[in-house]
Amino acid sequence: MHLVDNVLLNIVLMTLIKFAGFVLAFVMGVATVLTWAERKYSALLQNRIGPNRANIGSIRAGGLLHMLADPIKMLTKEDFAPNTPNPVLFRIAPLLAFVPALVVFAVIPFGPGEGFQISNTSLGILFIFAISSLNVYGSVIGAWASNNKWSLIGGLRISAQMISYEVAIGLSLCGIFMIYGSLDLQDIAARQGELIWGFLPAWGVVLQPVAFILYLTCAIAENKRAPFDVGEAEAELTAGWWTEYSAMGFAVFALSEFIEIILIGCVGTTLFLGGWTIPGLHGDAWWIVVLEIGAFLFKTLFLVWLQMTIRWTLPRFRYDQIMRLGWRIMLPIALLNLVVTGIVLTFIERA
Amino acid sequence: MAKVVNRMHPDFATQSYVIEVFKGVALTTRQFARNLFARKDVVTVQYPDDRRPYTPRFRGKHRLMLRDDKSVRCVACMLCATACPANCITIVAQEIDDPTIEKAPSRFEIDLLKCIYCGFCEEACPCDAIRLDSGVHSIPSFTRRDQKAGVINLMSLGSASIASQGGEHRAHSHEGTAHGQSSGH
Ligand code: SF4
Ligand code: SF4
Repeated sequence: MHLVDNVLLNIVLMTLIKFAGFVLAFVMGVATVLTWAERKYSALLQNRIGPNRANIGSIRAGGLLHMLADPIKMLTKEDFAPNTPNPVLFRIAPLLAFVPALVVFAVIPFGPGEGFQISNTSLGILFIFAISSLNVYGSVIGAWASNNKWSLIGGLRISAQMISYEVAIGLSLCGIFMIYGSLDLQDIAARQGELIWGFLPAWGVVLQPVAFILYLTCAIAENKRAPFDVGEAEAELTAGWWTEYSAMGFAVFALSEFIEIILIGCVGTTLFLGGWTIPGLHGDAWWIVVLEIGAFLFKTLFLVWLQMTIRWTLPRFRYDQIMRLGWRIMLPIALLNLVVTGIVLTFIERA
Repeated sequence: MAKVVNRMHPDFATQSYVIEVFKGVALTTRQFARNLFARKDVVTVQYPDDRRPYTPRFRGKHRLMLRDDKSVRCVACMLCATACPANCITIVAQEIDDPTIEKAPSRFEIDLLKCIYCGFCEEACPCDAIRLDSGVHSIPSFTRRDQKAGVINLMSLGSASIASQGGEHRAHSHEGTAHGQSSGH
């Protein structure tokens, strides 16, 4: 009995430590910084200055204090609720978007070995799909419960869009599973540490370049950010599905969007950029482990940066263009990619 | 007139959009780098600290001009109130002792929230009594009432006008003084 207790306690303690280190410190930390960074970054690349007025005395820190000012403002503002028949749904919708976005990080391997993964399940990527597809409920229920026509139209758009792109994103990743023969993210990451022909890292992006582009595109569409933000479409729909949200409700929605950016970065890193592996560096020494964790975080931040730059570079697509891109272009390319991968794999096995 | 529209026919590489996206990313990144330290292309004017100069013909808040004795030049003729397309000028006239002028406003109020700053009042005025050349713009207040500028408020921006006023008699008596030239009003 005593032994069982100890084991259980150990597991709980380890999980908590990993959760605090990875999710609370890294994910939430980066998401908070992103709320400032996105505004500042977009400003600078659009020849503006961006937020720089929040200050404590004469300390402005380039607007960094907006990260502090925002929560204070969000918490003290009026939390408006529209006259809706579904006030409960209206209130829980932000949570429905927020919680799945956070839960998914449980299976991301951020370092070598089981010690650096909150929960090691052999289903890895399926878990990610299952949970993150719940995300659509948050937005759609929020839009529905807002009792507002703009919200409703926005909600309809994103529900159709997210479900369409889920198909393409799933198929685009199948090639990866075929190559590495596993659904376990830790496995996939470790396999990418090998070298092909002695010099080329066996990263997903090298073996499956088409799938990488498909993944990135579909993931941005899943996250409903520009150029796929027709659900929000300020020009037509005020703010689309979150028109009625203010104060903390809005903040939680916005934060879950940023968390999802990081999630896309993490999954993309794990599947396509070699996860925590560094080409040509193997070993169990503690400094190698630290370097590998650093590599994972760096690659993730790189993908976050790429998403942000794409978001501020491209104009919004029309809604029919998005649906056509999803069903008539992304899906066939993903299927074709799958077929070609299968054929090549068969040839390699025969040879 | 019929006009030939030249439709672009992008080649496949352009249309596939993949390379174009990365070109765009390169462009925005270059712009970011240019602005990161040197702020080379930043066009922002930090408004309350820096202001762009107004043009001389900028129409700002109204001001009521003054006579040499610091009384208001307005003779309550109602021409501005009549010309005003926004109907935002309220004038209540009163008699004054000067027989050459006869009237003055006892109340002169402009609702700045309704005013569209068209300048018609300024053009209509026969006495150069109202002008929009104060250069004051953006007049915040906490209540709507504070947006109704009364005569004292409007006169506080005023200054003496060089135009003459009061018909033949008065123009005569002013002859020789610095402000006395008649200017065709
Ligand atoms: S500027 Fe135009 S709208 Fe304003 S008070 Fe004068 S006439 Fe009326
Ligand atoms: S401001 Fe000019 S136009 Fe208006 S009532 Fe006075 S004198 Fe007449």
